[in-house]
Amino acid sequence: MSGILKIALKLLVNDKSKFTALLVGITFAVFLMVMMTSMFSGILTRSSSSVYNIGAKIWVMDPAVNNATSSIPMPDYVLSAARGIRGVKYAVPLFFGTAQVKLKSGAYQAATVVGLDDATLYGRPELIKGNINDIYGDNAFIVVKDAEYTKLEKPDVGTDFEINDYRGVVVGLAKVASSGLFGIPTIYTTYSRAITYIPTTRFTTSYVLIEPKSDSDIPYIQQQIQKLGYQALTRDQFVKKISDFYTFKTGMGMNILLMTTISFIVGLSISGQTFYTFILENLEKFGALKAIGAKGKELISMILFQAAFTSFIGYGLGVGLASTFMILARLRLPDYAAQITFTILGFAFLMVLIIAGVSSYIGVRKVLQIQPFDIFRG
Amino acid sequence: MSNVAIRAENLVKWFGEEDAKTVAVKNASFAAEYGQIHYIVGPSGSGKTTLLSMISGILKPNEGSVILEGEDIWGMSEDRIADIRLNKIGFVFQDYHLFPRLTTAENVAIPLILKKMGWNEALTVAIEYLDIVGLKERAQLPPYKLSGGEQQRVAIARAIAGKPDILIFDEPTASLDGDTGRKIVDFVKTKILNEKSCIIIVTHDSRIYEFADTIMKMEDGKIIGFEKNHSHEK
Repeated sequence: MSGILKIALKLLVNDKSKFTALLVGITFAVFLMVMMTSMFSGILTRSSSSVYNIGAKIWVMDPAVNNATSSIPMPDYVLSAARGIRGVKYAVPLFFGTAQVKLKSGAYQAATVVGLDDATLYGRPELIKGNINDIYGDNAFIVVKDAEYTKLEKPDVGTDFEINDYRGVVVGLAKVASSGLFGIPTIYTTYSRAITYIPTTRFTTSYVLIEPKSDSDIPYIQQQIQKLGYQALTRDQFVKKISDFYTFKTGMGMNILLMTTISFIVGLSISGQTFYTFILENLEKFGALKAIGAKGKELISMILFQAAFTSFIGYGLGVGLASTFMILARLRLPDYAAQITFTILGFAFLMVLIIAGVSSYIGVRKVLQIQPFDIFRG
Repeated sequence: MSNVAIRAENLVKWFGEEDAKTVAVKNASFAAEYGQIHYIVGPSGSGKTTLLSMISGILKPNEGSVILEGEDIWGMSEDRIADIRLNKIGFVFQDYHLFPRLTTAENVAIPLILKKMGWNEALTVAIEYLDIVGLKERAQLPPYKLSGGEQQRVAIARAIAGKPDILIFDEPTASLDGDTGRKIVDFVKTKILNEKSCIIIVTHDSRIYEFADTIMKMEDGKIIGFEKNHSHEK
C-alpha cells in the first residue's frame, strides 16, 4: 500500500467514533438490502417450488396460468396431441389440486395434492421412508416431509386420514428440493386416485409434462403446442413466468423494491452524512496537505480509498450479519424463506459502490475546493 | 553567484471585484537571501500573510512574479507548483495543523511520504528529525498529548524533514508564551538555519525581532520600511 493511502487509512480508522458510525451506516444498509432482496428471492423460489420439485423439462398449460398452483385444467386431447408431436420422448398428465385433509385428531388441514401419472410416476419425489410401489396400494398417499409436515400431525407410514370422505393411508415419506410458498403440506398420489378423490372440473389434466428427445426439439414442440392454443414452457421459462407474476402483478415486487430503496436511502444518508462530517472535520488537514505539496489527485485517491475501504468492510459485515440472521432464523422458523444468491450479493455490492461513490464525491468536491491560503488565513 | 533564495517582484493581490474590491498587497517587491532570517511584520490586515502566501506558491497574485531559481513559479502548472511547495518550501503553520490521528513521527514523515519515500524509511528519517528538535522520545505519541511548544517543534521537524531551501513560518509565536516563543525562534536560528536555507517569518511579535536579519514592515498592503539587523552581519 502506498504511503499516502496508509495515511488515509490511519486518519480513517484512528477516528474510532466516525469510523464506527460509517461502518454502522453501511452495514445496516447492506443488511437491510440483503434481507429484503433475499426474502423476495426466497419467496420467488418457493412460489416455483412445484416446478423445481416435479422437475419436468417442458410444462404444457393454459396460457392464462400464471403460477403452478392455480392451474387451469386442459382437455385430454392435449395430452394425446403432445404425445404425437415429433421430438417428444414421452408426455404424461399431472394433476394439481387442493383438498381438506381430516387428521386423526379430527382437525382439518388444507393440503396440496399432486397426482402423478399412474404408468410412470414421472415427477415423483425422493422417498426417505417407504416403498414407491406402495403408491399403487389402496388409498395410498406419500407425504412430503418439509417445513409443513408437522401440520399433518407428523404422520408416519401406516397413518391414515380422511380426504374428501375417502380414507387415505400414508405409504411413504418423501423429501423435496423446495418447500411451498403458502404453508400448505403436500401429498402425492397417482393421477387416477387424485381425480377420483378430489372434486374436479370437467377436464382434469392440470399440466402435461413432456420429456423431449433432445433440447433442440424444444422450440418445435413449443410451436406445435401453441398451435393447439396452449403454451409449452421449459422449466426456466415457467419459473420466470411465475416470478414475473409475483414481482409485477401482486404488488409484492413493488413493495420489496420500496423497502430496498428505503434501506438504500437510509444507508446512503447515514454514511454520506458521516463521511461528509469526517471530511469537514479534516478539511483543514487536507488543506495543510495541499500546502505542503500534495497534489489534487493524491487527495482524491485518499478520499476514494477511505470511502471504498469503509464501504467494503461495511459490505462484508452487512452480508455476514444477514447470513447469520438467516441461519439463526432457519433454526427457529422452518418456513423462513430468505435465501442469498450471487445476484443479491452483486446487487448489494453495486448499491454499496453507489453509496461510496456519492459519499466520496461530496468529500472530493469539498477537498478540491479548499485553498491552502485558507489554512494560512486561519 | 547570487545569494538570493527567492525574489518577489511587484506583487499585487486584490480580493473581490468592482465595489467589493479590496487590495490586500500593493506592488510589493523584495528578495530573501540564503543564510538569513527575514521577518515580515505589521499589524493585522496589513497584507503580510497574503504576501507570504504568494511567495510560497499558495496564492496566485493578480500581478507580479515570484522568481525561484530563475523561473517565475506562477507561470508553472499547478502540479509543478505543488512540487515546488513539496521540495523547495517548508511550512510551519500558525496552528501547526498536525494530524491528531497520526503519531508525531507519522506527522513528521508526511512530506517524505509525499515524496514517495517508503513508509518505514520515512518513519526512520522522521524520528531523526524529531531527534533534532529534541522530541525523539515523543515519536509514538499523538500530537495532542504534547505541549504547545512541543507541537511547534513537531511542526518544525515536519517542515525541515523534506530538506527545503526556504522555510516559511506563519506567526510562530502566536500560540506560545513569550519565553517558549523566544526559545523556538532561537532554536530555529541556531539549529535549523544554515547557508543553504532561508527562513521567512511572518509575525507581529516584537519580542522576537532580535533574531531577524532583515525586517520588512507592511501596512495597508504596502511595504513601508525595510531594516537590516547590522548586529548580525559577520
